Amino acid sequence: MAMAALRREGRRLAPLISPRTITAVRSSPLYPTLEDEGPLGVRHISTQVVRNRMKSVKNIQKITKAMKMVAASKLRAIQTKTENSRGLWQPFTALLGDLPSADVKKNVVVTISSDKGLCGGINSTSVKISKGLHKLNSGPEKETKYVILGEKAKAQLVRDSKKDIELIITELQKNPLNYTQVSVLADEILKNVEYDALRIVFNKFQSVVSFVPTVSTVLSTEIVEREAESGGKLGDLDSYEVEGGETKGEILQNLAEFQFSCTMFNAVLENACSEQGARMSAMDSSSRNAGDMLDRLTLTYNRTRQASITTELIEIISGASALEG
Amino acid sequence: MLRRASMLLARRPILAARARPFSTDLPAAPSADATFTEAWTKVIPNMDPPKTPLSFMQPRPPTPSSIPSKLTVNFVLPYASELATKEFANPCYDLIPVFKHSILSLFLLIVPATTGQMGVLPGHVATIAELKPGVLSVHEGSEVTKYFVSSGFVFIHANSFADIIAVEAVPLDRLDVNLVQKGLAEFTSKLSSATTDLEKAEAQIGIDVHSALNSALTG
Repeated sequence: MAMAALRREGRRLAPLISPRTITAVRSSPLYPTLEDEGPLGVRHISTQVVRNRMKSVKNIQKITKAMKMVAASKLRAIQTKTENSRGLWQPFTALLGDLPSADVKKNVVVTISSDKGLCGGINSTSVKISKGLHKLNSGPEKETKYVILGEKAKAQLVRDSKKDIELIITELQKNPLNYTQVSVLADEILKNVEYDALRIVFNKFQSVVSFVPTVSTVLSTEIVEREAESGGKLGDLDSYEVEGGETKGEILQNLAEFQFSCTMFNAVLENACSEQGARMSAMDSSSRNAGDMLDRLTLTYNRTRQASITTELIEIISGASALEG
Repeated sequence: MLRRASMLLARRPILAARARPFSTDLPAAPSADATFTEAWTKVIPNMDPPKTPLSFMQPRPPTPSSIPSKLTVNFVLPYASELATKEFANPCYDLIPVFKHSILSLFLLIVPATTGQMGVLPGHVATIAELKPGVLSVHEGSEVTKYFVSSGFVFIHANSFADIIAVEAVPLDRLDVNLVQKGLAEFTSKLSSATTDLEKAEAQIGIDVHSALNSALTG
């Protein structure tokens, strides 16, 4: 009977002494106390798991801090470029106005997003707005197609709107953004996609903590003429004399293409700025969270350590008093 | 690391302050914006409608009834705004504004349109013109600033605003004559050895730009 009791004791202790790492992580993370067999049978409670966790959280904190610094320096570099490019789209809006509510048959939504993640919610916002525009412009004889720039929007839109996607362009920021690259891109889009209205969805950079989702509309020449004839915003477009070229239509066609490439350039730059800013704040809150977690783990560690010291002392003292009397 | 952190903290407010000027929302809100916002809120009630470029722009003044005496010029490039809402006034102004005796502060803007050099004065008729590679000169009284423009558009509005949008513009003193000659020779040889239409067109464009550069530097 004593042997059976001993065997039962052994079986009870066995799982505690078995490989700790995997099972301990799966069990309660805050109080993973394990019993160690020290010399003379004295039992120590191990603080190994908590120490491992603290080390990994500290590393994460260092990494996110570094990522924030990198994002800050990239933001500085690209912010000057963005502010300089802001004058580029204004003349077009001054001439042709801004008609996001123009009723057209063929809509193309150009969604601009980032390739890399860890930048907060800006990509999801852009995708939501694009889907909203799709819904807004749905109706009989109307269709909306997507042109996607960036991996993150592609991942989200491929899931439910795969048949509406015309073009996907990724790895935009491999080389520093410049106008030549964007105009080639714009050329590709204009060549391959039929459109009546192009709506560019991007995040406009207001400040390091604020990014405003914006939609820029570029209308094709036919729609511009239709709107000009019907009066209203574009009514006085006819009063402009068009110099050069064989026909007015040819110049207006060039104008529409130029407008698209200029607005794209500004949009891509603004989105890149917003991406870096969002990444900065995301990494900042991540390091702060890691710091908080580290504080909590340090408290747990100290408690466990003190508890094990207390247990040791109690055992020694009770052993000594047993010997005395 | 502390130094870098404090540098970052010091830079942040500056970044925010510099970005401020464009965050002013203007009360313009013309009818197009309102219809869009209404349509959006009907279909997608949970999200705020996205902003449109009109809300980020300074509104332009309306067309005046008499001929205005000043011209406001915006000269923009993808990488910079060379002249941003720079006003040029012609105080000695009369019905016939060109070539008066007191040409002390006469202003003239010459743009290289596809139909030739076009002069722009305050009160010019509203025009949309495409630019060809050539020299753009701003005459302000006695000083002249010349830029070589690669191509672009110029819009002259009825309210005496001129917008010049160019893809590339360099002041003439930054051009190197030798490189221009070399480029011209290169493109001429490319044209003679071109096979497809696309190559021929590209070589022709190269020749046009370089010969314009040449005449700008010599003429």
